[in-house]
Amino acid sequence: MTARQQRMLIVVLVLAGVGVATAFGLRAFQENLLYYYTPTQVQAGEPPLNRKFRVGGLVVPGTVGNEPGKLEKTFDLTDNGAMVTVHFAGILPDLFREGQGIIAHGKLNDEGVFYAEEVLAKHDENYMPPEVAESLKQIHGEEPSQ
Amino acid sequence: MIPELGQFALIVALILSVVQGVVPLVGAQTGNRAWVRLAWPAVSGQAVFVFLSFACLVWSFLQNDFSVAYVANNSNSALPTLYRVSATWGAHEGSMLLWVVMLAFWGVAVAARSKHLPEMFAARVIAVLGLISFGFMLFTLMTSNPFDRLIPAAFDGRDLNPLLQDPALAIHPPMLYMGYVGFAVAFSFAIAAMLEGKMDAAWSRWARPWTTIAWVFLTLGIALGSWWAYYELGWGGWWFWDPVENASFMPWLAGTALIHSLAVTEKRGLFKSWTLLLAISAFSLSLLGTFLVRSGVLVSVHAFATDPERGRFILAFLVTVIGGALGLYAWRAPLLKSNEGFGKVSKETFLLANNVLLIIALLVVLLGTLFPLFMDAMGGGKYSVGPQYFAAVFVIPTIPLVLLMGFGMHSIWRRDNFARIARRLRVPMGAAIVLGVALPWMLYGQPSVMTAIGFTAGLWVIGTALFDPVRGLLDKSRKVRVTRGTWGMIVAHLGIGIFILGVTATESYSIHRDQALRIGESIEVSGYKVTFESLKPATGPNFTATEASFVITRNGEHVVSLNPQKRTYRVQRNPMTEAGIDGSLARDLYVALGEPLGGEAWSMRFQYKPLVRLIWLGCIFMALGGLIAITDKRYRVVVKKENKASGREALAGGTS
Repeated sequence: MTARQQRMLIVVLVLAGVGVATAFGLRAFQENLLYYYTPTQVQAGEPPLNRKFRVGGLVVPGTVGNEPGKLEKTFDLTDNGAMVTVHFAGILPDLFREGQGIIAHGKLNDEGVFYAEEVLAKHDENYMPPEVAESLKQIHGEEPSQ
Repeated sequence: MIPELGQFALIVALILSVVQGVVPLVGAQTGNRAWVRLAWPAVSGQAVFVFLSFACLVWSFLQNDFSVAYVANNSNSALPTLYRVSATWGAHEGSMLLWVVMLAFWGVAVAARSKHLPEMFAARVIAVLGLISFGFMLFTLMTSNPFDRLIPAAFDGRDLNPLLQDPALAIHPPMLYMGYVGFAVAFSFAIAAMLEGKMDAAWSRWARPWTTIAWVFLTLGIALGSWWAYYELGWGGWWFWDPVENASFMPWLAGTALIHSLAVTEKRGLFKSWTLLLAISAFSLSLLGTFLVRSGVLVSVHAFATDPERGRFILAFLVTVIGGALGLYAWRAPLLKSNEGFGKVSKETFLLANNVLLIIALLVVLLGTLFPLFMDAMGGGKYSVGPQYFAAVFVIPTIPLVLLMGFGMHSIWRRDNFARIARRLRVPMGAAIVLGVALPWMLYGQPSVMTAIGFTAGLWVIGTALFDPVRGLLDKSRKVRVTRGTWGMIVAHLGIGIFILGVTATESYSIHRDQALRIGESIEVSGYKVTFESLKPATGPNFTATEASFVITRNGEHVVSLNPQKRTYRVQRNPMTEAGIDGSLARDLYVALGEPLGGEAWSMRFQYKPLVRLIWLGCIFMALGGLIAITDKRYRVVVKKENKASGREALAGGTS
């Protein structure tokens, strides 16, 4: 190989590497892009099955329950328009409370139950996830009282 | 009275910052020496009043002055004294004031050390710092005044967020801000160089220690935040790719690139405009980070709606600073041409690759952090980018980065030969590959491909960093004088290697189990038996708690008893998890208490985290390396000599 061919080979290899890396990166980006849906949208069947997304709303008082001594629990989320039942097998965050605005990451099963892998409540007790605040606003046409 | 004094002092400081920012610049442009010299008294005066203002706010916290709205919102009479001080920067308004304090501190530091610098140049640097101070103080006074009164005064305060009542978090913001704000010095050096149209080796030698020390603070600040998240917030995670974390990590990446590019600019007079661009970027990202985190923008663009004035000011300020700097760059940077060339394989090439890869890593983080904001602002819907994206994509540029790091350390300037370096490093290379597979296998079990790559990478960096010192020890006859700068580089890179080992082991071999347990029951997790012994109430100064006792045994032998708590703070009523951790260099055992599940059962989490402490130990080594590097003699002695000459020259250039 001449020096010139060698250089060309290096350039081609680097370009191929960059191309593969970019393709991989963009795929990872797309796969981990989580879209947010409101309980109303979930009930209307808008979110895709078998793909992770986020759902948010207020925890409906009186719906948080677990079998005594079992980790698995369910609770309902509402945007004051529709409700969606969330199933979660894990430890809820400290700031999870009835009436609190929270966001869950996970997938919907065939029966319309949302299987959450992660439940988020923010550090601040007065904090309302903006997505939740917005969806409440859409239902009421007004700013929710926090 | 005291809060009014604080506000008055801040207003005086604001006025002085205008003097500091405008007069020396005009003086330098028109050749008025008296105006140039005004930079020094102005920066000192500004600092005195800023410190006074800050002291007034601290005083208001210490005195429990709940007629000040900010104090009433973030403190309480039962709050321990340490946290009353740290509550000063516990929320938006006070942290803006802390920013201004840090900037004043850096301004005074530059002024005090400026005897080595040409007068005109130093005055310009101080002036640019003054302009930044002005922007921040104006923002604080107009939109985020911590001294606003609450009428009528509150009977007692609403208390500091319990999560922030922690020693690590008390010093985390000051450290982080020292780093963020420290990049303002490098930024000002860059602006001053562009104004003068001159950037020589001496310039780099002045800019380097300032950049490095800022980077040291930022490194420690980020590490403290991660450490705090690990034991207080994150249920055992050490990094979440949370937008707030990314906001501090992006300036770190840019700053790291800047440190390396400055090395080339100093030694070889190359990459000049690139170095300037990095100096601008590092500080711009710091600004972005501060504002995004503290103004709530990152949570959503709509958080602007809560205080549209703040949002508009922030945008205007960012556009002015970044736009102004980039405009100046476009206009002046072409003047700073370098005529040197370098070989295809040389230290320059390796450092260039370092910069390119660090910037790619930065862009990966930037994309994931800003994309949701961008889509939301454009009305494109509400997205979030999962941490898996960052975890998967961040390693793409960083694997070649650490591989090349080993070669780069041992390459020489101008022209080198890859075969020579590879031959020289064949021992650490072979050892890293063999041990990178064997070590995790022996210690923890069969490694995956990524695990083996991680261990190999960590060992490779450690091996190549220690290669010369170890050879020096083994072969006393070859007496090579190693400068402090080189020692700093070795120690910092050693830190990277330690960090990589910690991350790889933790991410590959951690065990994590969430479980419902009754008192008296136990679980067995890979040899460890964890027994839920008892539950009892406990109290602290401003909280009550439920304290559990877990006994951990291994092969029948007692390992440790851990007492995690579930706290309820009296004022804010938030439950808070206080994990029980048994830490050692080899592994951490981590037990946290969840919530009661009925029927005497509680949810609990047990974790086994091998080598997790190496993550923070690595950061400490990186910071230590930076500290060693700035003590290098050449930053003091040589600079002094050269400045006499270049100072006169620069002055002549400025007045003509």
